[in-house]
Amino acid sequence: MKIHEYQARNLFAQYGIPVAAGDVAQTPEEALSIARKAGLPVVVKAQVLVGGRGKAGGVKVVDNEADLVSEFNRIKQLNIKGYTVERLLIAKAVDIRKEYYLAVTIDNIKGDVVVIACADGGVEIEETAKTHPERIIKFYMQGAKELDEARWAPVAAQLFDDLRLRKSVTAILQKLLKLFFEKDCSLAEINPFVINGEGNLMAVDAKVIIDDNALDRQPEAAALRDMKYEDPDELEAKTKGLSFVKLEGNVGCIVNGAGLAMGTMDGVNLLGGRPANFLDVGGSSNPEKVLNALKIILRNKDVKVILINIFGGITRCDDIANGILTALKQIQIHVPMVIRLTGTNEKEAKELLTSAGLRTFSSMRQAVTEAVKATK
Amino acid sequence: MSILIDQNTKVIVQGITGRDGSFHARQMLEYGTKVVGGVTPGKGGQEISGIPVFNSVEEARRQTGCNAAVIYVPAKFAKSAVLEDIAAGIPLIVCITEGIPVLDMVEVKKALRNTQIRLIGPNCPGLISPGKSKIGIMPGHIHKPGDVGVISRSGTLTYEVVFNLTANGLGQSTCVGLGGDPIIGTRFVDVLKMFQEDPGTRAIVMVGEIGGGDEQLAADYIKRFITKPVVSFIAGRTAPAGKRMGHAGAIISSGDSTAEAKIQILRDAGVVVVDFPDEIPQALAASLK
Repeated sequence: MKIHEYQARNLFAQYGIPVAAGDVAQTPEEALSIARKAGLPVVVKAQVLVGGRGKAGGVKVVDNEADLVSEFNRIKQLNIKGYTVERLLIAKAVDIRKEYYLAVTIDNIKGDVVVIACADGGVEIEETAKTHPERIIKFYMQGAKELDEARWAPVAAQLFDDLRLRKSVTAILQKLLKLFFEKDCSLAEINPFVINGEGNLMAVDAKVIIDDNALDRQPEAAALRDMKYEDPDELEAKTKGLSFVKLEGNVGCIVNGAGLAMGTMDGVNLLGGRPANFLDVGGSSNPEKVLNALKIILRNKDVKVILINIFGGITRCDDIANGILTALKQIQIHVPMVIRLTGTNEKEAKELLTSAGLRTFSSMRQAVTEAVKATK
Repeated sequence: MSILIDQNTKVIVQGITGRDGSFHARQMLEYGTKVVGGVTPGKGGQEISGIPVFNSVEEARRQTGCNAAVIYVPAKFAKSAVLEDIAAGIPLIVCITEGIPVLDMVEVKKALRNTQIRLIGPNCPGLISPGKSKIGIMPGHIHKPGDVGVISRSGTLTYEVVFNLTANGLGQSTCVGLGGDPIIGTRFVDVLKMFQEDPGTRAIVMVGEIGGGDEQLAADYIKRFITKPVVSFIAGRTAPAGKRMGHAGAIISSGDSTAEAKIQILRDAGVVVVDFPDEIPQALAASLK
């Protein structure tokens, strides 16, 4: 789960990582009061969860109150990659002497937490990683949750000649790691990480991503979710144990397992149709899930046919069949359903559906072909 | 022959008193798997389908001599369950549980370091050596003994592939579901190596999907070390582009993880990549000629 810069900044501040004075504002009055407290010039930054806000004109430095108000109002009207700007971060402008990059993330293949540091920070970091990979320092935690200072010292020395800055980066990294582990992050990134006019290290931007699987044990972090960035149907699906992504087509898909769900979408596409959604009912599904899945899909008026593709493993086909039968009793299903069931308790499921007058398929290609035909 | 498990594998089931654990313990028994015990703390002394339940893995290991464990416990207890197996020295751990926090898996990986223990999963369907043993949740009856090795990141998509193999008379040596989580115990390259060394495996089917960099690593490994034919299906060509993980994700993965890119890299490594799962049997038959 991504969180906003101002929320990530608050976490940084809470853990003692130096950030510029400032706060988040929703109105010009709030912006003015923050700027007066922090002292002009300030930087005004649109708070959106999509990249490229700088290029979209969503970041501006102002040195007087009149400009602050006009820039605030201008940025507030922006539409950045489809999202309106509701909040702006107002922070004291930092006199940047040099930009660095510092992040903590997870290297999935190594199964380890890794610190990434670079003496060339800023927006070009990914380009640097491609053209000069030798400049990117990767420091693996080797399963530890705290920094092994003896092992880290040579890295700090590589980044900074100045002994004071080496000490400072070590202290900041310790705090960043503490935040990373305590808040179940999958990313905690400072870019740019800068030396300011006073010669001190500080964070000028803050990016934090929280592990979705850990939100149950991170209620405070879970509360930071910005609902505006969640599709209401996708969110409802999530609360009901379904994984759903809306697409542009007209074949509504209900599948168990993400891989088969993607394979089914690919199959629909290959055989000349267009999938209306990705929907994974997950494992161990109870009949209720199928009912909810059907309800969500039927809200999409583009859907001309529903393709149910279930390969039973931990999911039992009879549970799915019972869900379909319950749905038929409770809701109006005005489009044809093409049902393919194979695997665990397949026989029981087919008996249930056949006795209710529904036709079932055993082959995926046959079912996909049938569903695509129904849209023509 | 087969890899990882066979008729001599003795399994304990962690979470055997739960809904999924008890159902699949029974299914495994019916398939012929030697399920020698179950573990649920506080429920030792009970029996589930004639399988004795123990309070701890250590106790179960001492009493049964098991050499594998399968985990069906909820996500928040899964880390402890795996760590308990590692502490008891169980050589093969299969973790079915989905939704485990990634930092829990970092701890698990640390505990696995410098051991000979193999973890399959988490968030996986398990593995099966048809006719010998199944450890996991896959429907046994769709499999058939034979000489095709199957490796997959998916669960149900693997069943789809196996179903098509069996229907076309192509039996399997072993089918391994690696799991869909970012951090998993066993990856494509680990299993590719085992299949290459297994005299009972003549050809390999690899089922991949968008995201991550495992297929790319596998392609490189295949090019260098695999002499047996490999046929692949990669899911997710129509999936919406994955979510970016800030700059760090791009720096770490440093590569294109779309389905199209993976298909190209695999083809460059000599792998036959098909468009629909039911095209795999024909492609295999052609490459085995």
